[in-house]
Amino acid sequence: MSNAKLRIGYIPLVDAAALIVAVDMGFAFAEHLDVELVREVSWSNVRDKLNIGMFDAAHLLSPVAIASSLGMGHVRVPIIAPFNLGLNGNAITVSPRLFSSLDGLADGDSADPIVSACALARLVADRKARGVEPLTFGMTFPFSNHNYQLRFWMAAGGVDPDEDVRLVVLPPPYMVESLASGHVDGFCVGAPWNSVAVDSGVGRILHFGCEIMVRASEKVLAVREHWAAENNETLGRLVRALTGASAFIDAPNNHLAAATAVARRLGVEAELVTRSLAGNLKISPDGTTRIDDRYILIGRDDASRPDPVQAAWLYAQMARWGQAPLSEELAATARAAFRPDLYDAALGVAPSVGVCEPRDGVGGFIGPAFDPADISGHVASWRIKRPGRPRLSVVR
Amino acid sequence: MIKMQACFAIRCMAQLRGAAGGLRRLAETRKGPDTPNTDAPSLGAHRDSMLKIAIVDESPIRAAILEDGLREAGFTQVERIAETHNLLARVYALDPDVILIDLESPSRDMLEQMFQMSRAVKRPVAMFVDQSDSASIRAAVDAGVSAYIVDGLKKERIISILDLCISRFNAFARLQGELDRAKDALEERKVIDRAKGVLMKAKKLSEEEAYALMRKTAMNENKKIVDIAQLLLTAAELFK
Repeated sequence: MSNAKLRIGYIPLVDAAALIVAVDMGFAFAEHLDVELVREVSWSNVRDKLNIGMFDAAHLLSPVAIASSLGMGHVRVPIIAPFNLGLNGNAITVSPRLFSSLDGLADGDSADPIVSACALARLVADRKARGVEPLTFGMTFPFSNHNYQLRFWMAAGGVDPDEDVRLVVLPPPYMVESLASGHVDGFCVGAPWNSVAVDSGVGRILHFGCEIMVRASEKVLAVREHWAAENNETLGRLVRALTGASAFIDAPNNHLAAATAVARRLGVEAELVTRSLAGNLKISPDGTTRIDDRYILIGRDDASRPDPVQAAWLYAQMARWGQAPLSEELAATARAAFRPDLYDAALGVAPSVGVCEPRDGVGGFIGPAFDPADISGHVASWRIKRPGRPRLSVVR
Repeated sequence: MIKMQACFAIRCMAQLRGAAGGLRRLAETRKGPDTPNTDAPSLGAHRDSMLKIAIVDESPIRAAILEDGLREAGFTQVERIAETHNLLARVYALDPDVILIDLESPSRDMLEQMFQMSRAVKRPVAMFVDQSDSASIRAAVDAGVSAYIVDGLKKERIISILDLCISRFNAFARLQGELDRAKDALEERKVIDRAKGVLMKAKKLSEEEAYALMRKTAMNENKKIVDIAQLLLTAAELFK
């Protein structure tokens, strides 16, 4: 069998681990794939190079794959996700100063997101009354869980993310510096950047992403729908290679080896990556740690199989915050971007019945159970929303 | 060699200039899908010279080359933004029609937020001169240029700006390549000189003899003389 040559774009983040391990530890080669991993500096670049065919596949923010298929914020290019590279992995990190303010205003344990969100609402009201500048939070991209998780969290406490605070896009490598300089008061970003902020003493992890949402599709393997149709067999090999790599990464005995490979590509210490994979994170410069085995899910708990419920959830966030209009047609297109059928076909397995925990497949820390068939009902259930009026933020 | 790429964000706002002070006001003033397109072709040349262009580039040399090119082509309103901090605030203050940004800059994602915030930019079509025109797209990308355009800005106008920037970026890439090669040559020269010194001292050779010995060895080993020099320096380090 001749080796298929593939160019795959990625952003140096821990959730690119399945791709990195597949390529650097032989899983791709075993499937007769000759993969060139191309490190990128921005999600816009990854998306555009995938769209025009400079990449065969890419490590992509799950909401960007959906936005591309919907033609939101960009030209419409049908992008599909036959493999889920990771669930969760984000965290909300705040400056030590904001943390102590929140902790002081907390009516309970600030590790509980509803308590911290209500404390934030009190702080925001207080600052407004005193005429102090609104707080600024960084996130990585308009179409990202970082954006949606920050919004979901603060809105739960009564904070309007468009009116009461500023949300600004910051490339992950700029996050820590921006927190240190006071350009932002907090941010939501993926691993390893929260740990970098804690280690350098400028940030405190307030919440893991999985405390906001138990299951959130974070990054997918994204391919053009046309490419997938024309390269079905190659895609199958890639899915198998990624499945093998994910299983390898998930075994605790392999964390060190996997972390070493990932850290080499990321240019960070392997220990930072090991922490993330183990879900055992130092959350405060004083050394306090928090453990959650759902912090990042790669390969475990059916994490690799694309779940259309996740796609529907992400579309619901786009609708809630005015990035996309509400329609049954768009909802169906969003769901169809996640392709468990291709995943099942590649692995030769019967369709799985799905995960039972959490029951609605998402597990938001507040609000009614998510029903992917009733997105308008979901959006209507929130008091704070911005449907039909795309607007993101005010900038400094 | 540094890989150079640019991303062009082109916003069709020329027709609204004067009526609006910035994106935020535009967002309020231009809500419907039926905004009249006053982009008359007969006014094209005049309008192009009036297009306000912002260059976001951390490389001052490349930014200067690009600016010169744009000015030569008759674009009179060209501004450079070197800082990435408060990028959006700077862009808003300038309120440009066209934004050029180095594709290798992570700040590109920050600009994406802009397209979310304003309804004036209804559909930024990144890298697509025209959805059907894949040849133009490839040409631009091969040169490292990508483009954002918005529904309504005439394709011909985009192409002329794009062509100019492609040639300027290629020119800069060549320049950078020559510079890199010159630097490499200088480095090689230093390595060879140091290796020569080691040989002269160790084997009591003259400079010419030391060089001749290295050259002969390189030929015998089918290697470059700089590689032999490097090996020699490494070995000398070990024997210290």
